[in-house]
Amino acid sequence: MVDKIIVEIVDELDPSGVYQELSDPNSGGFCVFVGAVREFTQNEQVMALEFETYQGMAIKEMTKIAQDAMKKWDLNKVVIRHAVGKKEVEEPVVVVGASSAHRDACFTACRYLIDTLKETVPIWKKEMFKNKSIWVSATP
Amino acid sequence: MEVLLFGIAKDIVGSSSYTISENAVMPTSVAELKQQLTTDFPELGKLSSLAVAVNSEYAEDGVLLQSQDEIALIPPVSGG
Repeated sequence: MVDKIIVEIVDELDPSGVYQELSDPNSGGFCVFVGAVREFTQNEQVMALEFETYQGMAIKEMTKIAQDAMKKWDLNKVVIRHAVGKKEVEEPVVVVGASSAHRDACFTACRYLIDTLKETVPIWKKEMFKNKSIWVSATP
Repeated sequence: MEVLLFGIAKDIVGSSSYTISENAVMPTSVAELKQQLTTDFPELGKLSSLAVAVNSEYAEDGVLLQSQDEIALIPPVSGG
């Protein structure tokens, strides 16, 4: 299973290579989600997002998510890659993807990959506004 | 005992790690550690959630702490 999973934390994220990474002779379907920095959140202009991580644990949690997805659905390859550091509007920050023989498995798995990453992987995002910055979801 | 800090927890404590001094009462479990840290830093108690990782795995309140463990405080995550 190991060579079928790619999990990484990177400084610069380039989603353009993910097709090659997921490609394999048994895959007829690919589903990829890319998350990027959006300019407005609740009508406030975001200058940038700053991401930090507890890297060793993040890699472990991302590996668990990828392995769980491979057990739940008939997938051939899985990629989970997240960026850290300061990212500006329109920059990609996360890419997850899966390939499978048919589209149903990879569509469902792709949603699971990003939803579970957001719940469990120790990565923190700070929204930088003009005059303040806020750690997202930190307080009720 | 050293506790690694990230995100808002790092900002609240003002450092990327916090050392519980040898002279203090050592917390023996995850629950005791959380209790001690939220007493020392009340702002930590106001977060949406506060988890602890022991050796880079999420640890329930009952998990016992050993002196050589790598311990980290995990405030609400917000990746993606």
